[in-house]
Amino acid sequence: MLDARSLFPGLPAGPGVGYKPQHFPAIMDDPRPVEWLEIHAENYMGDGGRPLAQLRHLAERFAISVHGVGLSIGGEGRLDRDHLARLRHLCDWLQPASFSEHLAWSTHDSHFLNDLLPLPYTEATLTRVADHVDELQEAIGRRMLLENPSSYLTFDESTMSETEFLTDIARRTGCGLLLDVNNVFVSATNLNLDPRAYIDAFPLSHVGEIHLGGHDEDHDDHGAPLLIDSHGRAVADPVWALLDYTLAHAGARPLLIEWDSDVPEWPILAAEAQRAANALQQVPA
Amino acid sequence: MSPTQTLFHDALLDGNAPVPDGLSDGQGRAAGRRFDVYRNNVAVSLTEALEVGFPAIRSLIGPENFKKISGLFLRQKPPSTPMIMQYGTEFPAFLEQFAPLLHLRYLGDVARLEQAQREAYHAADRAPVEAGEIERLSPDLMAQARLELAPALRVLRSPWPVHGIWRYACQDGAPKPAAVAEDVVITRPEFDPVIKVLPPGGAVFLNALRDAHNLTEAAEAALGEAPGFDLAEILGLLLAGQAITAVISPKEQST
Repeated sequence: MLDARSLFPGLPAGPGVGYKPQHFPAIMDDPRPVEWLEIHAENYMGDGGRPLAQLRHLAERFAISVHGVGLSIGGEGRLDRDHLARLRHLCDWLQPASFSEHLAWSTHDSHFLNDLLPLPYTEATLTRVADHVDELQEAIGRRMLLENPSSYLTFDESTMSETEFLTDIARRTGCGLLLDVNNVFVSATNLNLDPRAYIDAFPLSHVGEIHLGGHDEDHDDHGAPLLIDSHGRAVADPVWALLDYTLAHAGARPLLIEWDSDVPEWPILAAEAQRAANALQQVPA
Repeated sequence: MSPTQTLFHDALLDGNAPVPDGLSDGQGRAAGRRFDVYRNNVAVSLTEALEVGFPAIRSLIGPENFKKISGLFLRQKPPSTPMIMQYGTEFPAFLEQFAPLLHLRYLGDVARLEQAQREAYHAADRAPVEAGEIERLSPDLMAQARLELAPALRVLRSPWPVHGIWRYACQDGAPKPAAVAEDVVITRPEFDPVIKVLPPGGAVFLNALRDAHNLTEAAEAALGEAPGFDLAEILGLLLAGQAITAVISPKEQST
């Protein structure tokens, strides 16, 4: 089996958090137990001012993961050349420890819809996504991690499972994968699948980072549970259990807490990171 | 057949459109309101982006009205780039042309002020000059000097008391705006934009400087509009706002 730690040397296999500017003073004062930070690439594409100044300070002390949320890798159209150039510029000056993006689309006919929209898993999609991953890796001059989505529905046209699709993308492009365990739980609940079977089928040796986040609970037209990937609350207990299962099979990995809306005070986020640290400590070295 | 992204996109932005065919819950039943999760994500996230960008407009027309108007705007003018911090450049013009708001004709300029404030926040950094760099110039050199202004500097001319209305909307206890036209300047000493009313002639002066006119030419243009134009006052305002980034005197220009 491939050794993921030598494949993905950039981020420490410890707890990280999604960075929010309101936490800057607390992080600079005492970041424990957080070892690394993730930023959304698109928030740092301004020309200057406080966002970039804070990022420069943080990058002196922490490994930074750049997480793109706007490239639309699954888009039917061509990738946005201007946006590729902006991503390249950010990676060039920041030299992040990792770069990741999503298996999703968000732009159509120059309309950016600000959501991670779903894809049918077909040969045609596979070819298109692989081409776009190649183009992105070429543009930023580094290997990327591609993240599994949260699903609320499926396409009748799909001919393969999501894990088969991601395995093939990684094989064709050489990219790594970002495994969002909350997304696995959300998708499995919504589509009535077994989340552990998804983890069993996932190419864990390609995983360079794991995400955890909170979800909301709703119901579909038939009263079936419909979980929403909101990142607006603490990680749910069954997701922590699925993390333990994942880590037992994958080994320790860089582990990120995402909390993007209703963002709490730093001590609450740090406590979530501590829970992630505890989960990592139980993984055999 | 799966829906194309064109069909998916159109149905996302039109809540009355049927859910595209070919989508299901994974067990053979039509996707139904599962599709609404995406509709909701798009509308809510873009509305939130506008709420962050235009808090004074939200305060002036009320949160519920703002939500409704944002919903109309985001469907007509979705973002054209993934840089959401820039979303809303067309919002001021939209507000001005939106029939139910025609009686609040100042909203467009208040929105322009908020947009300019956001631009200033993200503008490029440039080290400011010290006051001494201007003071040490001889009167002759000073008269012919050109000033380079900070990338964050913004000037907004309005027939409305745009600063007064903005302040009334954003600050508790702010006085009611007076019925006067106001020109506004935004500077960014270090990181936080500062919004100030310009004295008479100030906007003409700053626009002339930005068009590469020298101090004499810019001051004459300002005096042409406002006989009481005070050069020292506006230079003080610019220096305090760290808005002058280079003094280019003719001597330096010739070398």
